[in-house]
Amino acid sequence: MNGAARGASVSLADLEKRYDRTNAVDGVSLDIRSGEFLTLLGPSGSGKTTTLMMIAGFETPSAGDIAIDGTSVVAMPPYRRNIGMVFQNYALFPHLTVEDNIGFPLKQRGVPKAERTKLVAEALELVQLPGYGGRYPRQLSGGQQQRVALARAIVFKPRLLLMDEPLGALDKQLRENLQLEMRRLHADLGITFIYVTHDQEEALTMSDRIAVMNDGKVAQVGRPEDLYDRPCNRFVAGFIGESNFLPAVVRDLEDDVVVAECEGVMVRALCPTLRPASGSKVTLTTRPERLRFADAWNGNAPQNRMSVTVTEAVFAGERCRYLLRATDGTSIVLKEPSSAAIRRRQVGDQAEIAWSVADTILV
Amino acid sequence: MSEAVLRERGPLARIGLRSGPEARAPNLMPYLLAAPLILFMLAFYAMPVVAMLMRSVSDPTWTVANYATLPDDAVFLKTFANTFYTSLIVTLVSLLLGYPVAMALVRAPRWAPIILVLIMLPFWTSVLVRSYAWMVLLGRHGLFNEALIAAGMIDRPLRILNTPLATQIAMSHILLPYMILPIANALRQIDPSLLRAASGLGSPPWRTFLQVTLPLSMPGVAAGVLLVFVLALGFYITPAMVGGPREITISMLIAQRVDQLDWAYAATLSAVLLATALAIIGAFYRLPGVGNAFRMNAR
Repeated sequence: MNGAARGASVSLADLEKRYDRTNAVDGVSLDIRSGEFLTLLGPSGSGKTTTLMMIAGFETPSAGDIAIDGTSVVAMPPYRRNIGMVFQNYALFPHLTVEDNIGFPLKQRGVPKAERTKLVAEALELVQLPGYGGRYPRQLSGGQQQRVALARAIVFKPRLLLMDEPLGALDKQLRENLQLEMRRLHADLGITFIYVTHDQEEALTMSDRIAVMNDGKVAQVGRPEDLYDRPCNRFVAGFIGESNFLPAVVRDLEDDVVVAECEGVMVRALCPTLRPASGSKVTLTTRPERLRFADAWNGNAPQNRMSVTVTEAVFAGERCRYLLRATDGTSIVLKEPSSAAIRRRQVGDQAEIAWSVADTILV
Repeated sequence: MSEAVLRERGPLARIGLRSGPEARAPNLMPYLLAAPLILFMLAFYAMPVVAMLMRSVSDPTWTVANYATLPDDAVFLKTFANTFYTSLIVTLVSLLLGYPVAMALVRAPRWAPIILVLIMLPFWTSVLVRSYAWMVLLGRHGLFNEALIAAGMIDRPLRILNTPLATQIAMSHILLPYMILPIANALRQIDPSLLRAASGLGSPPWRTFLQVTLPLSMPGVAAGVLLVFVLALGFYITPAMVGGPREITISMLIAQRVDQLDWAYAATLSAVLLATALAIIGAFYRLPGVGNAFRMNAR
């Protein structure tokens, strides 16, 4: 299957949605490529669902444009957009059987009965529910209902599938199973997926790209590893994964590396987006699992080092989690993979930590 | 799925075990609380109904003759048919007029308070007053006729008052709220995301109405139809005041016979009316479609 040909491209241009005085969506511009799995990630109220609803056609933009495959759809009613949609509460028709639910979009498109039956059976096969056609939604578990909703959304072979927190109501294990299944479906179908979630782990594991939203705006768009390794602002660094935030003062700039004074020592950091002036106050961010005690590096300790005091030590099975205090009082979290061979630190221990410049970002 | 059930039952079962002894002790409180009402109903409702039913088989002596003669009783048959016909028309008119109003009530939240007041104000007004109002409106020199004459559409006043049409109009108006409110209630319970889903799946609004809204509102339609039809069967004041002199209803016939002190015949007719109403209610609950719909909403 040729993915590039089957998926629709979606282009959002300065999209806005105003309710009374508040801007639910405040100038979102985003190009979603054909066949891409893009996730809109953000806390509740960040505008991610409203953005999705505008793409589906259930909300009308206050300003801006939505183009699918280069054609503006703003004036087009939802029933003519030919977009598959999966809702958080499944939205299965309670008065119709599974078969009639999945056949619903086909019926609207005038597909004859015999072909409908065949396509429905195929779709049920695809979501691994063969033989469930005669049941009513209320006779299915939550996970099964969501599979039916998924089958209904793809049975008419749309080129774009929208999903609004589809796994939100399911328990953890089921969620992880369905995440894998959706990845597989995305690979098999080759159509464009736009997925809304507030669960960063879900976003990281499933998406080709993630658009992190905050306050109605896109805070950052990128591949999961880009967002994790190179967050471009404090919100993204804090929302995706755990981050340490270190206040610092810029002393020097060397190409794309900034030298900053932090907790009494000089720390080097990457500054992918900002070009701060010397002397300006900035924040550096590092991931807890990228920090190590200096002696654990076996003599290859990287450039950034700092003296700390252990204030809390928690053994959490696969790793140890330490809360450290730097000389100026900033709290730093360090996560170390656990091993019987590694010396455990005690509360009150003095230590030196070290980490790589590549894992230090100025935000 | 059975696992989930077990998991759910686990803690419940444990709680049940712990509170078992207390739970098994008979708790009389609910019965005591309900006792005054039950006594009241027995004394002032059940007793008279039983007395009436008794009368229909014990007057003049113990007999089923009062019922046995009904199939050959032309007056009874004609009245019964007329009552049924009137109720049917009134139900149909209320349904056709009421459904759109119920839709507006639910789908246009901004107007809902005004619509609700417009429905409820007449509802709270006495049936007698409303029937008089219709007499004023539909009479020979009533507003309706005067307006038509003034507009030059007719030369002589139409005879509307004291015809079956007047009964149908007035009864439909009076019973409309009983149709609107249950339908509005059913419509309100439809998950709005179902309508979005239908639209997103390619269904234009009118098809969404036929395929989703209408079937899901059937419990409300059934309740409304049942209420209006059964209430219409027993209507007395309105047909008596605005209806035709020859097209009388069962309740008017009962009143006539009571006036003539023919208690046995009146009691027999009352029993037939009661049985008819109960049979219709029973039949509605057995309708397959309605039954499904009721179960669906219990989700």
